Amino acid sequence: MSEMPKPKEVLSGLDHRPPRKGWMDTPVDIRKGMYCYAANPKSVEYLGLPHAREWNPLDDDWKLPENWQEILHKGFKERLDRFRSIKVFMDICVRCGACADKCHFFIGTGDPKNMPVLRAELLRSIYRNDFTLSGKIFGKLSGSRKMTVEVLKEWWYYLFQCSECRRCSVFCPYGIDTAEITIFGRELLNLLGLNIDWIATPVANCYRTGNHLGIQPHAFKDMLDFFVEDLEEMVGVKVEPSFNKKGADILFITPSGDVFADPGTYTAMGYMLLFHYLKERYGFDITWSTYASEGGNFGFFTSHETMKRLNSKMYAEAKRLGVKWILGGECGHMWRVIHQYMETMNGPTDFLEEPVNPITGTKFENARSTKMVHIAEFLADLIKHDKLELDKSRNDHLKVTFHDSCNPARGMGLFEEPRYVIRNVCNHFYDMPANTIREQTFCCGSGSGLNAGEDMELRLTGALPRANAVKYVHEKFGVNMLACVCAIDRAALPTMTEYWVPEVDVTGLSELVANALIVPGQHDRTTDLRGEDLPGREEEEDGE
Amino acid sequence: MASKILFDKGKVIAGIVIFLALLTFPFIYNLGKAAPAPEPELTPKAKAAKVCVRDTEYMNKEHMQLLDVWRDTSVREGKRIYVSPNGTAYEMSLSNTCLDCHSNKAEFCDRCHNYASVDPYCWDCHIDNPKEAQ
Amino acid sequence: MNVNYMFSLVAVLVLILLAYAGAGAAGFTTFFGVFIPYLALVIFIGGFVSRVMDWARSPVPYRIPTTAGQQKTLPWISYSYTDNPSSNAGVVLRMILEVLLFRSLFRNTTVEVKDQKLIYRLEKWLWLFALAFHYSFLTVVIRHLRFFLEPTPFFIVWLEKLDGFLQLGLPGIFLSGFVLLAATLLLLARRIFSPKMNYISLASDYFPLILIIAIAATGLLMRYVAKIDVTAAKELTLGLATFRLAVPEGISGLFYIHLFLVCVLLIYFPFSKLMHLGGIFMSPTRNLANNSRAVRHVNPWNYPVDVHTYEEYEDEFREKMVEAGLPVEKGA
Repeated sequence: MSEMPKPKEVLSGLDHRPPRKGWMDTPVDIRKGMYCYAANPKSVEYLGLPHAREWNPLDDDWKLPENWQEILHKGFKERLDRFRSIKVFMDICVRCGACADKCHFFIGTGDPKNMPVLRAELLRSIYRNDFTLSGKIFGKLSGSRKMTVEVLKEWWYYLFQCSECRRCSVFCPYGIDTAEITIFGRELLNLLGLNIDWIATPVANCYRTGNHLGIQPHAFKDMLDFFVEDLEEMVGVKVEPSFNKKGADILFITPSGDVFADPGTYTAMGYMLLFHYLKERYGFDITWSTYASEGGNFGFFTSHETMKRLNSKMYAEAKRLGVKWILGGECGHMWRVIHQYMETMNGPTDFLEEPVNPITGTKFENARSTKMVHIAEFLADLIKHDKLELDKSRNDHLKVTFHDSCNPARGMGLFEEPRYVIRNVCNHFYDMPANTIREQTFCCGSGSGLNAGEDMELRLTGALPRANAVKYVHEKFGVNMLACVCAIDRAALPTMTEYWVPEVDVTGLSELVANALIVPGQHDRTTDLRGEDLPGREEEEDGE
Repeated sequence: MASKILFDKGKVIAGIVIFLALLTFPFIYNLGKAAPAPEPELTPKAKAAKVCVRDTEYMNKEHMQLLDVWRDTSVREGKRIYVSPNGTAYEMSLSNTCLDCHSNKAEFCDRCHNYASVDPYCWDCHIDNPKEAQ
Repeated sequence: MNVNYMFSLVAVLVLILLAYAGAGAAGFTTFFGVFIPYLALVIFIGGFVSRVMDWARSPVPYRIPTTAGQQKTLPWISYSYTDNPSSNAGVVLRMILEVLLFRSLFRNTTVEVKDQKLIYRLEKWLWLFALAFHYSFLTVVIRHLRFFLEPTPFFIVWLEKLDGFLQLGLPGIFLSGFVLLAATLLLLARRIFSPKMNYISLASDYFPLILIIAIAATGLLMRYVAKIDVTAAKELTLGLATFRLAVPEGISGLFYIHLFLVCVLLIYFPFSKLMHLGGIFMSPTRNLANNSRAVRHVNPWNYPVDVHTYEEYEDEFREKMVEAGLPVEKGA
């Protein structure tokens, strides 16, 4: 981050006016800080994906296979035949410009090729040349061009500057979804072995060990055991998470990032405390899996096939363990995959039961087929039926705002559940301005596998619109805590706030719940799950 | 795997049928109808007069403009005499001049007006055959 | 200056000259009045249908609606019936709002940097111009049915009354024609003068716009300025619709220019972005219900993939699992 200019310099240097020279005549400039390192060939090879090799994006020679153009053309054609979305989206854009300034990467960088319409035109120009009559006849006038190494590099650079957040799709009069275009484009790049390492290596890890971080089963248990100790110290109860337990009621799956790094770890502790509570109070039996120990799915950022390969573990493990249904933790793209892809890819799910909350009797009708319920839906149901004893004053030192994560927002519609939960565990909640939340929410700038270290400038500039809105509520209401339901958010937003709004911290939803939860047998809780003193608590107790 | 089958066949075919129905509506609507362009019928008096207040081509395209000018000049300015380019003077009156010769409104005026789907509001005030009515 | 719109402008001018010289001066009225219109109609219908069928030949493997409102979950949370439909009825409503009212475009905002802050503002001009353009064009097209139907049906007469409600001018002004010309000119100006729009616009964006401007302009000229013999024009157009071909004398060259440009538009249509007319109905982010967890969506080409099974996993880590006290399938 040392090379990163100061926030003020970034803002005053921001120019959204495009250059005079046309975009087709402007060659790509792969700039340090804006791209991620090339995939480690070992990871690519482990997955059996094609053309694993050492290569460097900054080199002239990307060591492409000899017939790379043929591979791309065939891959393009094959996908046009498989995805109506691609075919229609290639054909019907009128370039009305509605999407142009909706992308956080365009807003934050001013790079015109980050306008969603142009990101798509990078591919459309080749589509017109290869697959349409008018492209063949009118050439450049019809907006078509030939595939060259330069174009390929441009694809690579800009397809890894899109976080598949779908914000542009909300504004498009035809629903053209740049996420769909990026997913498709990255699939083509993967045919040539052109993945980034921040995606390829987690995918290989996940394939082998069950999670992106490559945590092996015993280590996974160890890490949760640390949290058991922490919780005992801070809450005074000994929670006993179960692992790979056959015959448990519910299998719980969440991103592994939350067992690994702060502040996600506090969210993980929140889950554990909640599950302990449910077990003690209601005998509700939840198990974790070390085999399916990853909710996130970076395969989604590689190809549909890779997504399916990683996702298969969820149902396989649920079947093996004989649970009734699956509960999913707080994660963004994990929920896009679960909600819009999982059952189509790896269903049907005749071995599971239609999810019912045994504590409240609520049938989760909306999940009756996929049989996986979001923790925010589950929590909202418990709170609505008054099944959680809560002392919300324990979060009184927090002024909370909520960041809608892109995927649960625009690939699912999860808006009210988390807000309902927050309002019931916190006394001070303030939403950010309307055009920066819910379906118009802004990405953290690091989604879709871009949360590496080497592309920090991209991430921080891409986070500008989100940070700007956070700053607004910080200045207006004194907001000091940014809540979210996404593990990438929990990894990325603290970096964002540190740079743009250093006074604001980041939390998961379940951490806030666990802080307010009154657990049977708890001692006087004078700290939150982070071990930080709760302001006023100690004095009050002294006075008693 | 270029597929020959249509996916969502029912909906796609239904959409195409609606599209085709809308586009072919004129052909179906007119089916079996012969609707030649109407010839305005001239009364013997009009035939005998040979010339109108202006030449036929002008009258064909601009008669509404002429009548509009006549109305404004006679009603608002009180002037009632129109002199045509060839020097002949006419009374500016739809009822007494135009309909004097073209007394067959249905065969002369309405045919073309109906054909072209125009609905002039002349007839809101001026009744068909003013002289008979008088 | 920009090669994209200059090319489009020149192309439309050439087309105008072509029709003027061909039908007006050289007298190929049958070619321009009969042959080209039929050809255009056949290409338009055939092209349009085949494009739609081509889209339909690709399946929709995943249910991927863009959810722009609260999902339907717990019964006590009210959900967004049209922006995030969970039923087919909701989808139909969403599509109606999208197609008839340009709902998504209505959300449009702009952003600017001011005093170290990002400021967003609602931006409804694009929505307004787009709506004005499409509806005036539709009205103009329906009104033109009077040239293809005999007798003229009541709904066209009504539409004409509505369109001419101002009762101004002579011949009575139809608002739609002027709105069409104004809206297309504004949309063109937007493309030329907004730097962002100029940057993303292709010749294929300018060409149809300029073509429609020329069509509207020639239409207005014929009605209000250089009037044509309407009866003769209808004789020709109705002849097309009844297959009783007639090419009467005395129709002005302007009419043939107008007709020819319309034919060019029809021919161009299926091969261009104008296919968004059909495409919007086929857009999977809009035309699907967000019920993918409640109803299984089937992918017709779903093929088996290599997975890393639990058995392979346990085989690799069994010892460590046993040591850590994790349950295993096969005793160590």
